[in-house]
Amino acid sequence: MLSEYITTVLDAGWITLQLAVAALLLAVVLGLLGALCKLSNNRLLRGLAALYTTLMRGIPDLVLMLLMFYSLPALLNQWIGAAGGDYNVDPSPFFAGFLTLGVIFGAYMTETFRGALLGIPRGQLEAAQAYGLGRGKTFRSIILPQMIRLALPGFTNNWLVLVKATALVSLIGLQDIMFRAKGAAEATAKPFTFYLLAGGFYLSIAVLSMIALAWLGKRYSLGVRESGR
Amino acid sequence: MSWDVIADNIGLYGQGLKLTLLLTIVALGISFFLALLLAVARNARNPFLRLSVAAYTLVFRGTPLLIQLFLIYYGLAQFELLRGSIFWTWLSNPLFCVLLAFILNTTAYTTEIFAGGLRHLPPGEIEAARAYGMTPWTLLRRILLPAMLTRTLSLYGNETIMMLHATSLASTVTLMEVTGVARNITLNYYIQFEPYVTAGAIYLCLTLLLVALFRLAEKRWAAYLQPRR
Repeated sequence: MLSEYITTVLDAGWITLQLAVAALLLAVVLGLLGALCKLSNNRLLRGLAALYTTLMRGIPDLVLMLLMFYSLPALLNQWIGAAGGDYNVDPSPFFAGFLTLGVIFGAYMTETFRGALLGIPRGQLEAAQAYGLGRGKTFRSIILPQMIRLALPGFTNNWLVLVKATALVSLIGLQDIMFRAKGAAEATAKPFTFYLLAGGFYLSIAVLSMIALAWLGKRYSLGVRESGR
Repeated sequence: MSWDVIADNIGLYGQGLKLTLLLTIVALGISFFLALLLAVARNARNPFLRLSVAAYTLVFRGTPLLIQLFLIYYGLAQFELLRGSIFWTWLSNPLFCVLLAFILNTTAYTTEIFAGGLRHLPPGEIEAARAYGMTPWTLLRRILLPAMLTRTLSLYGNETIMMLHATSLASTVTLMEVTGVARNITLNYYIQFEPYVTAGAIYLCLTLLLVALFRLAEKRWAAYLQPRR
C-alpha cells in the first residue's frame, strides 16, 4: 500500500527532470542571446537586455509563474476577443512552467555568460583574426571552450537553483514529484514521510549534479595553470 | 481592464505589504546572528562541529524551500507525540511555521556566505592582530567579523533579495502577504491580470529599494576595498 504510493511519487520525478532540462535549454539559449545583447555596441539591445534581467530578478519566481499561467493568457484572450477571434489561449502547466523557468533562468544565465565572455583575453581574439579564422571557427575553437570553463561555476549554481524552483510548478497543477507527494500525503495521512521522500529526491539530484559538474570542471580546466597556490 | 478593483482594494495590498516586510525583516534579523555563530562553527577545528554545520547547510540548500515549509506546516502533524505537546499551539500556527522555515532556510545560505568570507580573509590582517596581542575573542570581534562582513556585503545583499522573494511562498499556507492578497483578489473578482501585475510591481519596487540600500552600504563600509584611482 505505502510502497505503491512511494513508486507513484518517485515516478513523477521524471516530470520534474524533464521540466528542469527543458527549461535549462531555453535558459541557455536566452542567456547566450542576453549576454551578446549586453555586450553589443547597440544601445537599444543593451537597454532591452538590462530591462529583461532587472525584471526577472526583481520579481519572485512564484509571482512570475502566476503571471505567466493566469495573467498573460487572460490578457491575450482579451486582445483576441477584441479583435474578433475565437481562439482561447490556455497553456498547460508544463508549458507555462517551462516558459517561466526558462525565461527566469535565462536572465541568470545572461549574467553568467556575460562574465565568462568578459573573462576571455582580447588578445586571443586578435590572434584568431591574425590567423585568418572566420567568426564561426573563432567562436567554436577559441571562445566556446574557454567560456564553458569560465561559466561552469555560475552555470552549476543556476542549474541547482533551477531544479529546486521546479517545485513551484506543482502549485499551478503540474503533476510533478511535489504534486504527487502532496496527493500521497493527503491520502495516507503521512505528510512527513512523503514530503521527506520528495526532499530526498531533490537533494540526490543536487548532489549528483555537483559531482558531475565538478568532474566536467576538471576536464575543461586541463592545461590551465592555477595561480597563487 | 479593471484597475478600479485594485484601487478599491489598495488597503489590502497595504496590509499584505506589511506582512511581507515583517516576514522578511524577522527572518533576516534572526538568521543574521545565527549565521554568524554557525559560520564560525563551519570553520572550526573540531571536525564534528564543522561537519554537522556542513550537513545542515547541504540539506537546507539542496532542497526546495516549498518542501521545507510543507514538512514543517503539514508534515509535523503526523507525529502524535508532537500534537499532544505544549509546542503544538506554536507548530499549528502558520505564521510561526513560515518564520521557522524561512529562518532555517536563509540561515543555511547566509552561513555559507559568511563562512566563505571568513576563509578568504587576507592572512596578514589576522597575523597583525595576533602580533598586537589580541585575544581570540577580540580578534574575532574587531578584525575577523568586520572584515568578513564588508567583503561579503554584495553576496549578502543578494541573499536578502532572495529572502524577500521567498516570502511569496507564505501564501501557500494561507498567509495574506502581497502574493496571497493578489491571489485572493483574482478569486473574488474573477480577474486574472491586474492583481498579479500589481503584486509584481510591489516586489520590483522593494527589490530596487534593497539594491539601492546595499549600494549605499557598500559605499559607506566597503569603500576601502575598491582599488584606488
